[in-house]
Parts: sequence; C-alpha cells; structure tokens
Amino acid sequence: MKATVLVRPKPGILDPQGKAVEDSLRHLGFKVDEARVGRLLDLEVETNDPDQARAEVERMCAELLANPLIESYEIELSEKA
Amino acid sequence: MNETAPRVAVVVFPGSNDDRDAALALERLGAEPVLHWHAEPELPDVGAVLLPGGFSYGDYLRAGAIARFSPAMRAVADFAADGGFVLGICNGFQVLCEAGLLPGVLRPNESLSFVCEDVSVRVERTDVPFLAGCEPGQRLTIPVKHGEGCYFADNELLEQLETRGQIVLRYDGMNPNGSIDDIAGVVNADRNVMGLMPHPEHAVDPLLGSSDGALILQALVERARERLFAAA
Repeated sequence: MKATVLVRPKPGILDPQGKAVEDSLRHLGFKVDEARVGRLLDLEVETNDPDQARAEVERMCAELLANPLIESYEIELSEKA
Repeated sequence: MNETAPRVAVVVFPGSNDDRDAALALERLGAEPVLHWHAEPELPDVGAVLLPGGFSYGDYLRAGAIARFSPAMRAVADFAADGGFVLGICNGFQVLCEAGLLPGVLRPNESLSFVCEDVSVRVERTDVPFLAGCEPGQRLTIPVKHGEGCYFADNELLEQLETRGQIVLRYDGMNPNGSIDDIAGVVNADRNVMGLMPHPEHAVDPLLGSSDGALILQALVERARERLFAAA
C-alpha cells in the first residue's frame, strides 16, 4: 500500500526556511501569521496489511526519515491506486 | 608499520571533499594517514579515526543521515566503544550526531546562507584529550565552511552537556551559523569522540592564515600514538 510521511520541524524549533517563506508571502501582500517548512515522503510498501504497514513506516521514521530531536512525523496510509 | 608515525584512518564517504586535506595535515603532524573507503566494514589497524568534511550523500534528507549507515560506521562505533579516539570535522560532526555517537544535531544555518570564513573559537575545556594542547580560554582562529552548522540541543540536553563538561568549543564574538549557546564543538560523555564545525585541517600552516588547527590534530595524533605504541 501507499504511505505518506509528513515530517515537520517540532513546535518551538526555529525554522529559518519557514521564516523566509513567511516573509516572502507577506512581501507579496498575503496575510500569513506563520509558515513552517517540512518534508513529504511518498512511499510504496509491499504489505497490504495496514497495521503491518504502519509499524514498518514507524520504524523507517525512527531509524532514518525523521530526527526526533527536532522533527515530528505523521503517517497516512492508503490503498494502492 | 612505521614505528614513529601512528596510523590514523580518514574515512572517505561518497561526497567527502576534505579527506585529502585532512590526510595531508595529519601527515605533516607526524601521522601516517590511511584513506579508508566507507564501504569497507573493517577498519585497518589504526590508533585514531577522523571523519572529514564534505557533503556525504549530497546531504540528502539531513546532513549525515545517510552516511551513518555506511558499513565503516559500524566499525567506527565499535572503535569508539573500545575507547578509540574519533574526531569528526564539519560533515564528520554531522555524521557522528546522526549516528548517536555525539549528542545533539546540526541544522541549516540560521541565515540559510553558506558561510566560508575564518572564525575565532574559544577553548572551553582543556581536560578533554583533543584539547590537551590548548590553554584554558585560548582563542583559536580556524575557518568554517558550511551550510548546516547550526548546533541544536533542547534545554534538558543542553543542561546535561554543560554539567558534564561536554561543550568544548564556543564561537567567540561572531557566531557564523546561529548555533545554540554559540556551540562550535562537543565531546561524548567518555570524551573520546569529538565533533566540531570549524576545519582544523585547513589551519595547520601560517601561510594559510593560521596554524591553530594543528593544536587539535596534533592531540589526535598523540592519542593515536599512545593507543598503538603504549604496549610496546
């Protein structure tokens, strides 16, 4: 099945990239309070069992995809299209 | 093996670019550098290990995040666990943090700009073997060149590092990357693994503006000498 992983800078962590985007948006006249920049990963995992898939992607996040000191992550699962 | 020149491994990752400068500096300081390809799971018989600067794996995902799974890194972790001295410079520092051999993490510079300039760093501890050749509070002039050198630790970790004396180098005056508490270099709890963002290997000759980096690299060479030749 498909898994989407959203990796975000943890709240309170200074995000200079988000700040730059926020400033640019304001410069263009948009009214934004805050912008934060994270990372999105689209994965295809072999298993079709949602529990197994979630457990596996959790492990991927812990081992490689996110650094727990500065990043949080969310996993969304969907059937393969 | 040359009985007077201790061998020091310089691990070469795909994307390392300061490996040869590091090897040259070590050689001038009396060591026999051994360039060690990251895919080799066994370390050669060396007295110390240096992880050089560069952009291993293009800094993809997070700087150092992928290099830490290189086969050589398992051997480096074993070497450190056995008390061997490991020095990580710039990208090497990032790899050691991602590998969990050093506390904390290095993030993109606060300015989002790559910095390349000489900086002044203050020696905070001389009771760590890597800085045994420095005076307490000594200012060293050493260049930095990085885009992701903003050291970060949360409050709890920071307090722990301070209490245990693991913050060993701080930027003096100008902080080039926005690192927390002006941190430029840290050691592990056992004080045999050190990482720093400045490049001591680029500061070993007065002709290049400073030879202060030699103080750190010389200490690494001496630790390698002790480890290899102490028993003899």
